[in-house]
Amino acid sequence: MSATNSTMTGQLLRLEGISKSFPGVKALREVSLELDRGEIHALLGENGAGKSTIIKIIGGIQSPDEGRILLDGEECRFSSYRDAIARGIGIVFQEFSLVPDLDAVDNIFLGREMRDRFGLSRKRVMTERARALFERIGVSIDLTLPVGRLSVAEQQFIEIAKALSLDVRILILDEPTAPLTPNEAALLFRVMRQLRDEGIGLFFVSHHLDEIFEVCDRITILRDGANVGLTRVDDCTMDQLVEVMVGRRIENSFPAKPSTVPDKVLLEARDLSIHDGGPKSHFDLREGEILGFAGLVGSGRTETALALIGAIPCRGKQVTIGGKITAIDGPAAALKAGIGILPENRKADGLILPFSIRDNISINNLPKYTRKSGWIDRGLERETTLTLMRELQIKAPSEETPAVSLSGGNQQKVVIARWLNRRSRVLVFDEPTRGIDVGAKAEIYRLMRALTAEGYAIIMISSELPEVIGMCDRVAVFHRGAISRILEGADINAEEVMRHATASAPTPVQH
Amino acid sequence: MQQQALPHPSSTKPTFRVEHLWKTARRSTAFLPAMGLIVVVLGMILLNGRFLSVGNLENIGRQVSINAIISVGMTFAILTGGIDLSVGATMAFIGTLTAGLLASGVPGIVAIAAGIGTGMIFGLGNGLCIARLHMPPIIVTLASMSIARGLGLIYTNGYPITGLPDWFSFLGRGSVLGIQTPVLITILTYAIAYILLQRMPIGRYILAIGGNEDAVRLSGIDARRYKIIVYLISGVTAAIAGILLSSRLMSGQPNAGMGFELDAIAAVVLGGTAISGGRGSIIGTLVGALLLGVLNNGLNLMNVSPYVQNVIKGAIILLAIFISRQTRPGAAH
Repeated sequence: MSATNSTMTGQLLRLEGISKSFPGVKALREVSLELDRGEIHALLGENGAGKSTIIKIIGGIQSPDEGRILLDGEECRFSSYRDAIARGIGIVFQEFSLVPDLDAVDNIFLGREMRDRFGLSRKRVMTERARALFERIGVSIDLTLPVGRLSVAEQQFIEIAKALSLDVRILILDEPTAPLTPNEAALLFRVMRQLRDEGIGLFFVSHHLDEIFEVCDRITILRDGANVGLTRVDDCTMDQLVEVMVGRRIENSFPAKPSTVPDKVLLEARDLSIHDGGPKSHFDLREGEILGFAGLVGSGRTETALALIGAIPCRGKQVTIGGKITAIDGPAAALKAGIGILPENRKADGLILPFSIRDNISINNLPKYTRKSGWIDRGLERETTLTLMRELQIKAPSEETPAVSLSGGNQQKVVIARWLNRRSRVLVFDEPTRGIDVGAKAEIYRLMRALTAEGYAIIMISSELPEVIGMCDRVAVFHRGAISRILEGADINAEEVMRHATASAPTPVQH
Repeated sequence: MQQQALPHPSSTKPTFRVEHLWKTARRSTAFLPAMGLIVVVLGMILLNGRFLSVGNLENIGRQVSINAIISVGMTFAILTGGIDLSVGATMAFIGTLTAGLLASGVPGIVAIAAGIGTGMIFGLGNGLCIARLHMPPIIVTLASMSIARGLGLIYTNGYPITGLPDWFSFLGRGSVLGIQTPVLITILTYAIAYILLQRMPIGRYILAIGGNEDAVRLSGIDARRYKIIVYLISGVTAAIAGILLSSRLMSGQPNAGMGFELDAIAAVVLGGTAISGGRGSIIGTLVGALLLGVLNNGLNLMNVSPYVQNVIKGAIILLAIFISRQTRPGAAH
């Protein structure tokens, strides 16, 4: 990369040598990044590669430990997101920041409503402005409905319109296509090209290489928090990208699958339906296997798992465990039946953050430590905790360390330890490696295999295809709310999984 | 990416017992409040010679015990992330109810049992509305506060109930082995609460619910059950306080306990318990209640006008919260 004068070459933004650490994780190391006017620039990398962190740094939400940010060739520091917005940077996050009960106009002008001299809201003027914004990007949206009642794609366009109303010159879209249908994504791409042609620079984060090839000009590839490549889209192939993105790890990060899976069935689920009158899922879970739940976001993977343990209402199910029909009306019943869950969002649903490792692990197992007098035997509790921490290699100064100060991988292990302590035989792992770094990922994978070797059965819900393919003995592919196909053996490959996940024609349900 | 090298868990055994104890104390949420109490007590001793007299200390004990007992239930409610605004009114109602029963000749043990039982019913009602019907604690207990206050006024017609048997004064004014009965009852209540909260599974669940209710639920704990128990406990402690108050006043006062719920909240928060739940301790609440009591008493001794006292109390609560937020580990946000 040459360090020529950036203002002349149409360079909008340049990051040099950006590093950032979090407790236990070095999220970014000396990352450099550039963005030109009128360019769509892809940020590519696996989960945990550092994309989110770099976005937050560009947006002023986090400040880098080291490195420089140059906007139009001038060094600048953003003290806050607001500061970055004022300099023409807009971010559309994965989780939208819209107020669901307000309409599009009020959302766009939230916090800077136009008022007349009596202080009254000039709704008509604002509506006109909003309409013009949507005309500019060529989409039509009902401006009178509360945005909560619009589709995800429409909400995304409102986010984009909001950014445009703030005169953005740099627009960052963080995995915008994840919740969209292909048609909606195509519309989004049209909007993106429109903005590019107006001279706006866009960062586009996506896991889908085909999308990147369709819409982007250049690609920066991040891996393990470092910039490992910058290329023009025309100069590379998908295979090359995958290789650079995953590095050498593609062969060695997944432990070998066992050659034979015992066929002893631990759990049978029949007629499990998450919507009234919706399609029904059927599946078996065998001892010592990892059963993948794959499918697009919103295809019902997590809902099905939650309905299985009774954490969300279910429209009907029949669960047989160890040959006995078992009613599971809630997580407490699931606990009794030996089913544990590692929730998708470990901070919101898994951990009790202010609690220590010890308290987090023993929370659902306190009767085990309770003496006849009703008092907790804290010595025994501590001993068990230390044993589990050693077994799972939870790295922390002590068993009293609060969960909040652990790294993602260690937090995940704490939640897993909770269930191992309880000897729950069936474990539901919902996106077990989301947001944890690569080294910790490999550890989680090894741990999962070690568990199945001991006879635990794992349901792994995952949005990452390589993980599904690399880890699962069988893969249940979800489509529109239910399992459409269960793949085994050589059928577990990216093409088959994607074919069934996106299949427009219904496939016969396999038991 | 490499994890930062951290010492292996087994390598960090406490070296010295004293050092370990100090570390544990330092980490406790009650540490700062306790330091604050020591400072205030020392200040009072220096400013006023009469502060340390036996008569005055007994006075403080009597004044503190009622608020301290109510604050136990409030601590439990706040630890789960809830609140119980009904304690003051419940206390007044139970006080008049017990007094009324006693005045009409009902045997003492029955009257007291009826009082505590009614307190439980109030707590159960709060708990069921909150845990089963998912109504917000602040609204539910605001409503039951109004109901309890109204029932007390209906029951007494607005007039104090007098004519209580002489033995009844033992609870509020008597003493055992030189220690005042209300102080003993307070100590007993705190001992039980301490064991429940620090040594038994239920305490862990209560703190965990305040820390992250969804996580507790998903780990297979019936969070609703424990929330109901929490409000039940709060009803019981309010009832105990009501009976003690009636005994001390030797009458059932329907208008007693106005604003006591706020004093209880103040004690809990001054004691280092997070108002959002999940962090805190029962010892801290005792410290908080003592802090309020000592302040009240000391300012009285110094002839500070009650109007001014209110302002001072409010300022101290603000200051305490400010200090605890500055020093809390991980208080980035």
